[in-house]
Amino acid sequence: MHQAKREYDLTIITVNETALNVDAAPDTPLLWVLRDHLGLTGTKFGCGKALCGACTVLMDGSAVRSCSLPVGSLAGRSVTTIEGLSKNRSHPLQLAWIEGDVPQCGYCQSGQIMAAAALLRRTPEPSDADIDAAMAGNICRCGTYSRIRRAVHRAAALMKTVPAS
Amino acid sequence: MSAAEQSLNRREFLTTAALSCGGLVISLSLTGCGGRTTSKPAAGGQLNAWLKIGADNGITVIVDRSEMGQGVYTALPMLLAEELAVDLNSIAVVAAPVGDAYINPGNGGQITGTSNSVQDAWEKLRLAAAQARTMLIAAAALQWQVDPAECRASQRSIVNARGQSLTYGDVAEAAARLPVPKDVKLKAPADWQIIGRPLPRLDTPGKVDGSAEFGIDVKLPGMLHAALAQSPVLGGKVKTVDAAAAATMPGVRKVMATSSGVVVIADHFWQALKARDAVKITWDPGPNAKLDNAAIRALLARAAAADPGLSARADGDAAGALKSARKVVNAVYELPLLAHATMEPMNCTADVRADGCDLYVGTQVQQVAQITAATAAGLKPAQVRVHTTLLGGGFGRRLDVDFIPAAVEASKAVGAPVKLIWTREDDMTHDTYRPPAREAISAGLDASGRLVALQLHIVEPSITARMFPPVKGVDDSTVEAAVNYPYDVPNVAVNWTRQEVGIDVGYMRSVSHALNCFVIESFMDEVAAAAGRNPLELRSGLLDKKPRHQRVLKLAAERAGWGDAPKGRHQGIALMEGYTTHLAQVAEVSVEGREIRVHRIVCVVDCGRMVNPAIVQSQIEGGIVFGLSAALWGEITIKDGEVQQTNFNNYRVLRAPELPSIDVHLIESDEAPGGIGEPSVALVAPAIANAVFAATGKRLRSLPLRLG
Repeated sequence: MHQAKREYDLTIITVNETALNVDAAPDTPLLWVLRDHLGLTGTKFGCGKALCGACTVLMDGSAVRSCSLPVGSLAGRSVTTIEGLSKNRSHPLQLAWIEGDVPQCGYCQSGQIMAAAALLRRTPEPSDADIDAAMAGNICRCGTYSRIRRAVHRAAALMKTVPAS
Repeated sequence: MSAAEQSLNRREFLTTAALSCGGLVISLSLTGCGGRTTSKPAAGGQLNAWLKIGADNGITVIVDRSEMGQGVYTALPMLLAEELAVDLNSIAVVAAPVGDAYINPGNGGQITGTSNSVQDAWEKLRLAAAQARTMLIAAAALQWQVDPAECRASQRSIVNARGQSLTYGDVAEAAARLPVPKDVKLKAPADWQIIGRPLPRLDTPGKVDGSAEFGIDVKLPGMLHAALAQSPVLGGKVKTVDAAAAATMPGVRKVMATSSGVVVIADHFWQALKARDAVKITWDPGPNAKLDNAAIRALLARAAAADPGLSARADGDAAGALKSARKVVNAVYELPLLAHATMEPMNCTADVRADGCDLYVGTQVQQVAQITAATAAGLKPAQVRVHTTLLGGGFGRRLDVDFIPAAVEASKAVGAPVKLIWTREDDMTHDTYRPPAREAISAGLDASGRLVALQLHIVEPSITARMFPPVKGVDDSTVEAAVNYPYDVPNVAVNWTRQEVGIDVGYMRSVSHALNCFVIESFMDEVAAAAGRNPLELRSGLLDKKPRHQRVLKLAAERAGWGDAPKGRHQGIALMEGYTTHLAQVAEVSVEGREIRVHRIVCVVDCGRMVNPAIVQSQIEGGIVFGLSAALWGEITIKDGEVQQTNFNNYRVLRAPELPSIDVHLIESDEAPGGIGEPSVALVAPAIANAVFAATGKRLRSLPLRLG
């Protein structure tokens, strides 16, 4: 097997509550570490330039574009992906997304949900304008924006009764 | 040439080129844990091309249309579930392999397009499920030695008059061996339990937890990753490759020239991408070295002047009527190139071995994908198994297969599965773009201001001639929404001149409806202005013979409060029949300086019977969002043969804060089902353009809509 000598240090990051030693060149974007090294393909590649939001994950609770974050800069950070949002699709956002049948093609929806998760952490009862502002970086070419907005409101209501884990 | 003849040509092309019915059904996990699972050869039976019932009474529906957001993985199973008398929610959905049974006669192949999946399936799948139900009952009756008439099917079981019961799974294997009954009766609409209900989509759960598998997510043991360098000038070819630096970069396995450009294969995609950018390539730009928008416009204008075009429709004598008209209105409209910009960039995973190839791809054309891969691998089509994944947006882009050969060639060269991914920049600069067009349109009014003649000359490249040759006569896909011009005008002429522009153009959501509806519905407002008529009344007065058109038009005006817009806002209306669906839209806009702001879109839709109204609603709404991006910002420009737009920073699409209020109203109807994925796109631009005219008196005759 072809095996290049490693010329970098492993990066220690926490992904979905598991601490990991990541064996990838430090300039590798977090997105490709998640997808190619860890097999977490729920996080999507859309633009590679932090322009579309498809790759959105939570880092220490805030929404970030994983396509533009070199993994070497993330030592000690904690990342949550769509796969780690809940077990069994039980997060209020996932419940609201299912109830509202939000997705069409579905490709952008992981990023949409993670952006919404970050929004609800800091603004538990968002207005339409709050949602639009927080989600402006997440493109949906199928045009599910109005259902997304409704589902975020619904999730906010659910969270009041069922606190997110 | 008629649509039927043309589709026959496509069918001939496909049948002669390849058809094979090989291939296992590979299950596509909608809700599972990713990875790849081969369907178990469990006992039970496959009752027909679309239904499999396991001994465990599990029901698997094989869907032969690609799921790209339009809801076929729910709507088609609903048709089967209705006649099979089973609940929808525990049905497993798998993608069909390539097979003759899966050909869509309306498209001449196993093709997902033309918004006709439900139209094609409407009778076919209900009949197939009713036959399957009859066979299951017959098998149970045989086992019991009773008259089948004494048995009935309900919720995965058959019960007889004595109260005995067998599950579908108990008798599926025996049922599958019975002859297919000829005379089965479909349920009456009044008895439907599933059709017509807004049931939840079957693909939603997997799309909210990251488990839904798109092409880009495919994982195979030993799989390598690849990036592709294509000629920056469209149509250019590789001249020289210096891979010395790239070949020694970490993880790189191979750098190779392919028919599509230079491929770099590495352990991980990021390694392949970095190495791709380190390969030194010189390109032969080919014939497009000087191509730009001005050259394309000039080509179309020259063709318009030189050629009257082929006749696509000729009622009465339009030319003569224009000569004798009291007043003539003339206008020329121009349409730009557009990119599809699906959220999932083009990608393909190929696993080529000496004896065959497995192809994992989000495609709208399984047979063409199979033939393309076979050619690239040097195999027979029957040796290629096509595994259709979910599509992260299609919009017609995945009717093309230009992203397949390089993956196949790469896999063959390294003897391992290879996943090849285009970057967003690759995708945007190497799309098969929506064709540009130049359309000249004229109207004649008589002394009383009545519209007596309409003449339209479309100059546009032919997508069909490239993708499904040959085209004899008019390419039907260029004259949509024009050959069925709905207004009662005695003299109508629609002509088409084919003019290629040097680059590949492709089908894009609503295809030429979007071009021709913009031209015709904008121009109807020009005619109204020339006649001193209200645009709504002018249209309505010409629709006495078209009750479905008349109804959606009037209802849209009513729901939008036509003529009563809030202060500072202005309205525009548009009407169309496309994919046998009838729609009208009213846009409400304001204009400040040069900025056009869309506040509200009202859309009234008569699409005949609806299998799932919730999906219809989201398709109509999504189409409007797609149309808004195209109307307000969509434009691909070319300089020195290179596309200048590269990513979402310079190819603007609609984002959440820009979403207007969208009011979709669906009319209950018992007409045959019409298409819903595409038509609403086409009315957005003319409705907005007409509202801008109402606001400013300026007539915008090109897209995107720009003031000043």
